[in-house]
Order: sequence, then structure tokens, then C-alpha cells
Amino acid sequence: MSEKLALNTGHEGTTRDQLASYFSRLKAGDMGPLPAVGAAVLLMALFSLLSNVFLTPINLTNLLVQSATLIMLTSALVFVILLAEIDLSAGVTFGTGMAIFVKLNQSSPNTWILNLLLAFVFGFAVGWFMGFFVAKIGVPSFVISLALYLAFPGVMLIILGEGGILTLQVPEVMAIMNGTMPLWAGWLLLALCLAATAAMSLWDRARRLKANLPVRPLPLLGMKLGGVAVIGAVIVQICNIDRRQGGLLSATDPNYHPIQGMPIVVPFVVVILFICTFMLDRTRFGRHLYAVGGNPEAARRAGIKVAKIRMTAFIICSTLAMIAGVFNVSRIGNVESGAGKSIVLEGVAAAVVGGVSLFGGRGRLAYAALGAFVISTIDNGLGLLGVPAGLNFIITGSVLLIAATIDALARKRAGGTLLR
Amino acid sequence: MSAPVIQLTGITKSFGPVDVLKGVNLVVNPGKVTALVGDNGAGKSTLIKGLAGVQPYDQGTVLFEGKEVHLTTPRQASALGIEVVYQDLALCENLDIVQNMFLGREELSQLTLDESNMEFAAVKALESLSVKTVKSVRQKVSSLSGGQRQTVAIARTVLRDAKVVILDEPTAALGVAQTEQVLNLVRRLADKGIAVIIISHNLIDVFKVADDIAVLYLGNMVAQLKTSETNHNDVIGYITGIKGSKETK
Repeated sequence: MSEKLALNTGHEGTTRDQLASYFSRLKAGDMGPLPAVGAAVLLMALFSLLSNVFLTPINLTNLLVQSATLIMLTSALVFVILLAEIDLSAGVTFGTGMAIFVKLNQSSPNTWILNLLLAFVFGFAVGWFMGFFVAKIGVPSFVISLALYLAFPGVMLIILGEGGILTLQVPEVMAIMNGTMPLWAGWLLLALCLAATAAMSLWDRARRLKANLPVRPLPLLGMKLGGVAVIGAVIVQICNIDRRQGGLLSATDPNYHPIQGMPIVVPFVVVILFICTFMLDRTRFGRHLYAVGGNPEAARRAGIKVAKIRMTAFIICSTLAMIAGVFNVSRIGNVESGAGKSIVLEGVAAAVVGGVSLFGGRGRLAYAALGAFVISTIDNGLGLLGVPAGLNFIITGSVLLIAATIDALARKRAGGTLLR
Repeated sequence: MSAPVIQLTGITKSFGPVDVLKGVNLVVNPGKVTALVGDNGAGKSTLIKGLAGVQPYDQGTVLFEGKEVHLTTPRQASALGIEVVYQDLALCENLDIVQNMFLGREELSQLTLDESNMEFAAVKALESLSVKTVKSVRQKVSSLSGGQRQTVAIARTVLRDAKVVILDEPTAALGVAQTEQVLNLVRRLADKGIAVIIISHNLIDVFKVADDIAVLYLGNMVAQLKTSETNHNDVIGYITGIKGSKETK
């Protein structure tokens, strides 16, 4: 192996040493995704006790589909939140984009792909517009996005016309949230995920060895892969159970069609999360995004083009939000004026639950996605329990407050100047 | 003795009617620590900002390694190998030591950040300055002490192959032990052949670390002395203007 370096790199030691240092970091308050994981596990346990429907395959699959929109929107928001900015209009931006999409489909249904592309162009343009005002003119992002938040429902109303609602009639788009993949495709997806995780880790390892740096012991990688494999296998298996309930035909009837398989939306979410994480962790843009979020002045002096990074983040946010819009319209089947108005704050809440700091520079995309899953679980579970809508909102708010408090206390214990 | 890396002659700078620098001369040698001292308003910062390319001088010649240069942008100064470590250090607390040392100059391989090579180079740079106090180079800067942060900021200039490193009050906010650490670091920086300019109000530190002491008084360079040939009282005399001009060329 390599010669001994003068300084540690965090990769030294045996598996046992690595685990020990992980636990000591935990104790010091560097909790990573644990609050969100804890919340998810706790909530799922609670709901499965209180409702006998929660743990059924049909509901769990439904939860997976239900959370896709919020996960996408949260991922979009993470790009601007990491800069200590905010985009309150991400929801209504996708609402307006989808209004454009369904409106264009009315007159020219055959060019739906082009129409959808135009919606994304709209998202890109909105991001550029906001980024311009924030980065070049200096309007606070809260204000410019609030302005759009107020204006876009009006735009939607004008586009959608009198009724204020239009239905989506593109089966291909409807299939994203409502269709399922063949049983083998779920397993294939899991295999690809495992292969990608292993490949990335081994690639890093090879590069470290080439640079004469110490590497973490292989069993750790095994444990990581094992964890992904077990969780993934459980999800795939649940999705592959036939979830058709009741009905006139018995399962032995030749005309009986089971509902089973992984929802089509899942690979979309996985791939987008993978690409975004790659961008944030392994590219110069991602590094600069974190730097600008942490200390814009230091970033500027290091030669980073701060305005360009800000513009890019807003453009990515609005464009990714459009994907959330596609998921939303695919699930609901229509667009009404005001679409996306309420979900954006859930997105911000999800990011905070996932440990992303609203003060910028701190947090990871995957954890934010987990936060989105937690918020979706609350929605889903309380819906099953028949809790009044009012209580639902109150509980969601409380969970956000608890998550933020745990995070703040943990960091207070960790001390240091990142107390914010 | 090698040739001076920087030679300033007749440098002037005015802000409106106020003449801040009135024909300043300064010689900076490689491998030497030059302390720049003077009371508040003597023109230290203005002199430094000119070298950093932040505020170009009005008149006078700047020779860099014997060739005349006009420093008008920070980028230009940096390209020549002139690096400034400002008092606020300009570090991102949310990033780790390696990430900060390569901030804005990240190395790529196969289109992605080349973390391993950057990590290795960062370790080597810290090693060359005999830095041993950091636990891991992947520690976040937020968890570092003031002295360690100063260390990271200074080590960053080594990575950038600086020929001249300007340190603005590097020990101002530090305790005794950490001051000692940073002064040792400054010494090692010079031992690597780098010309170090250090601005300080603390004459004890200056006498401990500097080879030359340049004293500014109201925009004039009243003295550039060898540390070994002078003493506290002399320097204080020049700083306060009790002693007159005595330039050593």
C-alpha cells in the first residue's frame, strides 16, 4: 500500500475504526440523515399500528407514487436553498407550465412531446428571469419569487379560461404515475442501482490508490451495498405483489388482470436523484454552489463567478420543478388554476426535515428527498386514519418544528460556529 | 543573495485631495520575511492593495523579478504569484480543508472533481509547512481553531505556487500558543524561498519573525531596516515620527 502520510484523511484504519469514528461523529452532533430516517421509521411504525390499511402493498405503493411529486419539488428547491435563497414560486411555476402544456394539447394533441418541451422551456425561462433579478439586480429571492407566486395563479386562470380547469388527455404522461413496469424491471432497476453504487465506490477507490492515498476497508463498501440491496429488495417485492382487491373476477379467471409491478415513476425519480447528486458532489459547479452558499465573499475572492452560479441554480430549480409538475398532472389528471400553490411550502419543510440548512451551504440532496418521503408519509397516514384536514396540517407543521429543533440542538452540542 | 522579487520605486496614491502614499520605495527579497509596520493611516493597506492589484497605484514603478509590471487586477497579481491572505481569511466554513485549499481552482479528471489528487496535494502542502495540528484534512473548516484556519489560508498560497505572500495581521485574533504556531509557519514559508510581507501592529511578533522591517509614516517609507541591526525603540521612533527618514537601499 501507500507510504504513511503526515496527516489523516479520514480513510485510515480498519472497519472497526471507521465505525467507531462514525459513532463518535454522531455523538458529537453530526447526525446526517438520522433524524429523517428516525422520523420515517417512527411514523411508519405508528401508522401501521393505528391503521390496518397502511402496511398493505396497495397503500405502500401508493405512498411511493404519492411522494414522487414532493421529492422532485424538494430536489429542485435544494439547489436554491443551498445558496441560502428561496423559491416560493417553484410550485406555481410548474402549475403554469402544466397549464401551458394541457392548453396546447387541446389544439394540437399530436405534438404533445413538443408541447411538453415548451413547458420545460417555460420553466427554464422563469428560472432565468428569477436568477437575473436575484443575481444581477439584487432583489431578494424571497421577494421576486413571492411576486411570481402571486402572479402565476392569475396567468393560469387566463390560460385555462372560464372553468379554470383542464384535463390531461395524454396516455403516455398519465402512465408515469398510474402505470406499472413488468415484474422483472423492478429487479433490474435494483440491480442497476447496486451496480452504479458499487462502480462509483470502486472508481473512487481506484483513484485514491493511484494517488497513493489510504482507502477505507472493503467490508464497509459491502455493508453499504448490503443495506441498499435489502431495502431495495423489500421495496421491489412489495411493488410486485398483486394489489388488486375485490372486484368481480376471481384470481383464477383468465380475464383477471393483476395490478402489480413497480410504478413507472420510480426509475424516473431514481435517475434524476442520481444525476443531481452527481452534479452536486462531483462537479465543479456543485462545489462552487456549496462554496457560494457557505461564504459568497470567499467564493468571489477565490475567482468563482458568484452571479453565474446563482443564475444557474435558479434555472435548475425551475426546470426540475417542471418535472414535479409532470408528475403532479399525471397523478391528478388535470390542471386547475392555483396548481402547485400549497405544495411549495411542503417542499421547503421537507428540505429542512432532511437537514438542509436554510442559511445555505449545508445539507445533502438525498437526505432532503428522505425528508420529502417523511412529509408524504404523514399525509398518507393521516389520510388513512380519517383525521380531519385541519389536524393534518397541524401535525405536519409540528413535525417540521421537531425536526428543525433536533437539528439545531444537535449542532449546538457539536459547538462550533455553524450554529445556525 | 538573489535579486529582489519586488522593487517599488516612487509609488504614489491619492484619494481625491488626500495623498496616502507619497513616493514610497520598498524592496522585498525572496526567502525573507519583510514586516510592514506603521501607525493607523500610515498607508500600509493602500500599499498592499496596490500589490494585490485591487487598487492600482497612481505613479511609480513596480519591478517584479526585475521586470516592470502594472498591477491592475487581482487576477493579474495572482498570475504573477502574488497572493494575499486577508484578515478575514476568506474560507468557506461549510467546506473541508482540501476543498478550501482548492477553492476556485479545483482539479478535474474524467470530467469530475479529482478529489484524490487534490487531497494528496493538500496533504503535501501542509506537510511541507510542517503542519501537524489538524486531525484530518477532510475536517470542515468550521471545526478548526483560529490558528488552524490561518494555517489553511496560508497553505493555500503554497498550493498556488506563490512567489510573494502578503499576510494582513495574521496574528491579530490569536492566543499565545497559536500566535507562536503561525509565526513558525511564516518562517517556514520564507524558508521555502517565498518572499513574505507581513503587516503587523505587534512589534514583539515582528522582531521574532521578520528579516527586514519597513516603516511607513504618513505615506512615506521612513525606514527599511535589518531586524538584526535595529531595536524596539528605534522602530517605535520611526512609527511615531520622532525619528526622521533614514532609508536603507
